[in-house]
Amino acid sequence: MILAIVFLPLLAAAIAGFGNKAIGNVPAKVVTTGALFISCALSWPIFIGYLTGANAATVTPVLHWITSGDMVVDWSLRVDSLTAIMLVVITSVSALVHLYSWGYMSEEPDQPRFFAYLCLFTFAMLMLVTADNLVQMFFGWEGVGLASYLLIGFWFRKPSANAAAIKAFVVNRVGDLGFMLGIFGTFLVFKTVSIPEILAAAPTMAGSTIGFLGYRFDTMTVLCLLLFVGAMGKSAQLGLHTWLPDAMEGPTPVSALIHAATMVTAGVFMVCRLSPMFETSPTALGVITVIGAMTCFFAATVGTVQTDIKRVIAYSTCSQLGYMFFAAGVGAYGAAMFHLFTHAFFKALLFLGAGSVIHAMHHEQDMRYYGGLRRHIPLTFWAMMMGTLAITGVGIPALFGNPMAFGFAGFHSKDAIIEVAYAGGSGFAFWAGVIAALLTSFYSWRLMFLTFWGKPRWTGSEHIQHALHDAHGHGHGHGHDDHAHAHAHDAHHHDEAHHNVAHAEDAGDEPHVHGAAHTDVPEGTGGYHPHESPLVMLVPLIILSIGAIAAGFVFHGWFIEPESGESYWKGAIAFNEHLMHSMHGVPVWVKLSATVVMLLGLLTAYLTYIRAPEFPAKFADQFRILYRFLLNKWYFDEIYHFLFVRPAFAIGRFLWHRGDEKTIDRFGPNGVAWLVQLGSKGAARFQTGYLYSYAFVMLIGLTAAVTWAILG
Amino acid sequence: MQGFPILSVMLAVPAIAAIACLFLNANGARMLALAATLVDFVLGILLWTNFDIGGAQWQFVEHAPGVFGPFGWSLGIDGFALLLIMLSVFLMPICIGASWRAIDKRVPEYMGLFLLTETLMIGTFAAQDLFLFYVFFEAGLIPMYLIIGIWGGANRIYASYKFFLYTLLGSLLMFIAMLYMARTAGTTSIPALLAYDFPASVQTWLWIAFFASFAVKMPMWPVHTWLPDAHVQAPTAGSVILAGVLLKLGGYGFLRFLLPMFPEASGQLTWLIFALSAVAVIYASLVALVQSDMKKLIAYSSVAHMAIVTIGLYAFNQQGIEGAMIMMLSHGLVSGALFLCVGVIYDRLHTREIARYGGLSINMPKYAVLFLFFTMASIGLPGTSGFVAEFLSLMGTYQVSTWTALLCTTGIILGAAYMLYLYRRVAYGEIKSDEVAAMPDLSSRELWLLAPIAAVTLWMGVYPESFLAPMRKDVTILLQRVDRANPGSDSRPTAGNPALATTHAPEHQAAHGEAH
Repeated sequence: MILAIVFLPLLAAAIAGFGNKAIGNVPAKVVTTGALFISCALSWPIFIGYLTGANAATVTPVLHWITSGDMVVDWSLRVDSLTAIMLVVITSVSALVHLYSWGYMSEEPDQPRFFAYLCLFTFAMLMLVTADNLVQMFFGWEGVGLASYLLIGFWFRKPSANAAAIKAFVVNRVGDLGFMLGIFGTFLVFKTVSIPEILAAAPTMAGSTIGFLGYRFDTMTVLCLLLFVGAMGKSAQLGLHTWLPDAMEGPTPVSALIHAATMVTAGVFMVCRLSPMFETSPTALGVITVIGAMTCFFAATVGTVQTDIKRVIAYSTCSQLGYMFFAAGVGAYGAAMFHLFTHAFFKALLFLGAGSVIHAMHHEQDMRYYGGLRRHIPLTFWAMMMGTLAITGVGIPALFGNPMAFGFAGFHSKDAIIEVAYAGGSGFAFWAGVIAALLTSFYSWRLMFLTFWGKPRWTGSEHIQHALHDAHGHGHGHGHDDHAHAHAHDAHHHDEAHHNVAHAEDAGDEPHVHGAAHTDVPEGTGGYHPHESPLVMLVPLIILSIGAIAAGFVFHGWFIEPESGESYWKGAIAFNEHLMHSMHGVPVWVKLSATVVMLLGLLTAYLTYIRAPEFPAKFADQFRILYRFLLNKWYFDEIYHFLFVRPAFAIGRFLWHRGDEKTIDRFGPNGVAWLVQLGSKGAARFQTGYLYSYAFVMLIGLTAAVTWAILG
Repeated sequence: MQGFPILSVMLAVPAIAAIACLFLNANGARMLALAATLVDFVLGILLWTNFDIGGAQWQFVEHAPGVFGPFGWSLGIDGFALLLIMLSVFLMPICIGASWRAIDKRVPEYMGLFLLTETLMIGTFAAQDLFLFYVFFEAGLIPMYLIIGIWGGANRIYASYKFFLYTLLGSLLMFIAMLYMARTAGTTSIPALLAYDFPASVQTWLWIAFFASFAVKMPMWPVHTWLPDAHVQAPTAGSVILAGVLLKLGGYGFLRFLLPMFPEASGQLTWLIFALSAVAVIYASLVALVQSDMKKLIAYSSVAHMAIVTIGLYAFNQQGIEGAMIMMLSHGLVSGALFLCVGVIYDRLHTREIARYGGLSINMPKYAVLFLFFTMASIGLPGTSGFVAEFLSLMGTYQVSTWTALLCTTGIILGAAYMLYLYRRVAYGEIKSDEVAAMPDLSSRELWLLAPIAAVTLWMGVYPESFLAPMRKDVTILLQRVDRANPGSDSRPTAGNPALATTHAPEHQAAHGEAH
C-alpha cells in the first residue's frame, strides 16, 4: 500500500510530463489529481491505524541502491507514527492543491507541465519522509529542491521568477553542504547511514570527541550541527531564509503546497526523525533553540511591513517554522510536529485563500490596492478568516474553571510551544515566542483589514486597470501575459540580474519605499467587479478551513499529551513525557500570555488599520530608519549580494584572466612558444612541425626501449 | 568465450574499418564507421556479460610474447578496465552519429581517425605490458590532434599546440620512468609490476614522473589550461570523446600506476593531490561561473569534476575509490551529453556564445528537458549518476581529511550556481531573436543520441550496483596493496561516555562558537 502511495505520484508525473501536449490538458490533470486523491485515501487509514494503536512501524524494501565497502544504502519505505503524520499532511494538501489548480491555472497554456511538477514534488517529498536511511532522505531532500526550483521558475519567461528559482536552489545547496558533511561524519562515527541503527548507537557516543577542521569538538555536537545546517536551508531559518520570500514568484498553489505546508517543514521533520541523536548534544539543541527563536522573531518583524500579500504569508511561514524549531530545541518534538501538522492546514488555507483573492483581483498582489473585498468574495473571506483565527491562536484556555481548552488549530499547537519553551527553561525562546505571537496577530489582522475591510482602493492597481482595458478589447486569454508584465515596473532591476545568479529582484519593494501606507493610494473600485473563485478552488478552501478549525482540538491528545502521546509515538521521536507534564504546570500568566498578546495584536491592528488608517503612514515617517530596516528585510539580501554573489563573479573573472590567461598560459605554453620563436624562424614552422616532432620523439623512445630491452 | 581473443577482435574491428574508410566515399565511410562502432559495442556487451564478477583479477588474458621483439602483445582486463572500455564503446557510436551531418569535409579521413581513436583507447585500457600501454596511451592523442587541427574551429592551431605542449613534457618523464622501472624490476608486465616494491626513495621520483603525465591528461590545476581551448576548438564529437574518454586516461593512470605501484610515495604526497584538487574545484567552478562560451563553461566544470576523481582516489578507502571510478564514468556520460547538447544548438545557430541564446524552452521543449536532465546530473542531483559519484568520493575524502572534504563539497554549491545560470540563460527567458525562434526542436537522430545517455545516467543513479559490482574486488585488491601507506583519518573519534550525555563539556562551547 505504501508503495502505491509513494509511486503513484511518480507514475502520474511521468504520464503528465512526457505525455504533455500529446495527451492534452484534461487527461494530464485527471491522472495527476486522481493519483493524489488515491494516495491521500490510502494514507488516512494508515494514520488512523497509528492513532488507534493498531499499526506498528514497518519498513518496505524496494531496491538496493549503493553498496560501497561498509556503506550499504537501500531504497526502502519506512512507515511509523512520525511518517504517518507526514503522509496525511503531504497527500491531503497536495491533493487539494491539485484540485485548486484546476481553477487557478485554468488560463495557463502549459498545464500538464505544471501538474507533472506538482506530482513529482509530491513523490520526492514522500520519499523524504519514508526514508529509512540518511541518503534516501537526502534523495528526497534534493528531489523536492528540484521540484521547488522548477515550480518557482514555472513562468520561465519572467526574469524575476528565474532568479528566484536559482536563488532557492543555490541557497538550499548551502544547507545541503552541511547535510552532506553531516552524513559523512555520521558514517565515519557509526559506520552506517541507517537511521534506526544511528539512533540506537547515538547515546553511546555522547561525550566523545572528534577532529573536525583541525580542532577537536564534541562528536555528537559536530554531527548534529552539520545536519542542522541542512535543516536550516530547507526550512528557511535565519541566515539561510532569503530564498523563501523570493520563492513567492511561483504560482500561488505552489506556495501553498511547497513553501508553506510541506517542503519547508522538512527540516523540522529531520530534526524530529533524528531526535534521539539530537538529544545526545545539549549544545546542538541550544543552537537550534536560539536559531529557531531568532527566526521566529525576525520573520515576524519583517512580516508586519510587507505589502505583497504572499510575502506577508511567506514571512509568516518562516516565523512559524521558527516556532517548530525552538520547540524541538527545548526537547518538545511532539509539540514541534503538532505545530507542523496544524500549520500545514491553516497556512495552506491562507495561501490558497490569498490565491483566491489574487485570482479575484486580476493578479494584483499588493494589499495597498485591495480593500473592502469582504462583500465581493465572501467565501474566500470566511476561509481566510478561519485561517487567521487559526494562526493567531484564538481559543479559550483551560483556566478559571474551564475544564477543557478549546480553540482553533494554532491555539492548541502554538500555545503549547510557548508554554513548553517556558517549561523547558528557555526564557529567550519563550519571550521571542510571545513577542512573535503578538506580531503574528498584528500582521495577520493587518492583512485581513487591508484586504477585506475599508474602502476599495482598486483603481490605483495596474492589474485592475489592465483588466478593465481588456474587458473592452478582447476579453480573456491574457492570463499568462499578465504574469509577464506584472513585474514590468521592476525592469530597472532586471538588467542587473543578467550579471548575477542569486540576486533575485524583489518585486515592488524599492519603488514603494515612500508610499509606505495605503492612504496615499486613491480609493475607488475603478468600475472593477471582483468575482468569487470557481467551485474547484472553493472546495479545497472549505476542507482546509475545517482542518484549521479542528486539527488542533481533535489531535492534541496524540501529539502532545503525556500519556496518550507516549503511546502514540512509540519511540518514533524522543518523546519527553516529563517535559510534557511540566508544560501543564506552568504559571497562569504563562498560559495566558499567548492569548493576551493575540488580543493585543488584534487591537493594535484594528486601531491602526480600521480606526485610524492614516496612522501607519505617520508611524513609518516618524520611525523611518526602523521602517526601512524592516521593509528591506534587515538588509540580508543586500549584505549577501555584497559578501558572496559579487565577489564570486569578481574572483571568477580575476582567476580566469589573471590566473589562467596572464599567469599559467603566459609562463606555460605561451612562454615556451615565445622561447622557441626566439630561436627559430617563426611560429609557422614550429606549428606545422609539432606533430612530426612528437611522432619522432615517440619513435626515438621506442627504439631506445627496444634496444635497451634486447641488450639489457 | 574461452579461447576467443575478444579483446584483440575489439581492437581489430575499428582498426580495419578505419583503413577501409579511406577507400570509401563520404556516405560509405559514415555507414561503415557506424557499423564498426556498433559491432564493437555489441562485443563490449559480450565482454561485460562474460566478465566473471569476483573471479580472477585479470580476465580475457591474451599473451603472445615476442610479437614486437622484446615486449609482448599482452592484453587483459580487470573491473576498472572493463568499465572504461564499456564507456568507450558506448560513446563511440554516439560520436559517429553526432558527426553524421555536422562534418561534411574529408569525411572518410574523419571517420577513419575516430575509429583509430577507438582502437587506441580500448588498447590503452586493455594493455598488460608497460610499453604496449605507452604506445596506445601516447598514440591515442595523435588522432585527437588531427581532429582538432583539421576539423576544429578558427583558433584550432593554437589549441592543438597547447594540447601537444602540455602532453609532451609529461610523456617524456613518464617514458624515462618506465625505462627505469622495466630495468629495475626486470619485467614489463603490468601485473608483475603491480606486485613489485620499489624502494621508497625511488618511488617519489617515479611518482612525480608518472604524475606529470597523468595530471595533464586529467587535467589537474594548474596544468588544465589546454582543456578549455581544446574543447572550444574541437568539433562536437571530438569534445565528446575528449571529455568522455581521453580525460579518463589520466584517472586510469592514477588507478593503474600511481597508487598501486608507488604506494609509499602516494601516501606521502596525498597532501599535494588534496591541495591541487581543492584549489581546482573552487578555482574552476568560479571561472566557469563567468564564462560566456558554453563549451568553455563545460570544460571548466570538467576540471572541477575531475578534481573530485583525484581526491576520491587518494582517500585510500573503498568509498573514495569507487566514487572516483563512478565519477569517471558519470562525467564521461554527462559531460559528453552536455557537449552534444551544445552541439545541437551550435549546428543551428553556429555560435557558442551563451548571450545569443535564450528562451529555448519555448521552441525546443524536448531539447530543454534533456538539457535540464544533464544539467541536473552534472550538479549531482540524487537519482542521477553524478550524485553517486560525488557522494561516494566526498564521503571517502571526509574519512581522511575534513578540510579537503569541506572545500571540495563547496563544489555542490558552485556547481549548481554555474550550471543553473547557464541553463537559465540558454533555456529560460523570452526568445532572444528571430534566429533563435526559427531553431527547430531535436530531430529524431539527435534524440537517439541523447536518450541512451540519459537512460544510462539514470540507471547509474538509481541502481549503481551494476557498475559497482564489477570493480568491487579490484578496489579491495588495490586497497590491500596501498593500505600500508594509508595516511589515516584526521577525525579519530574517541569512545563515547554515555554518562556525560547531559553535562556541558568545554568542547561544547567551542563547537557552539564554530556553528555561528
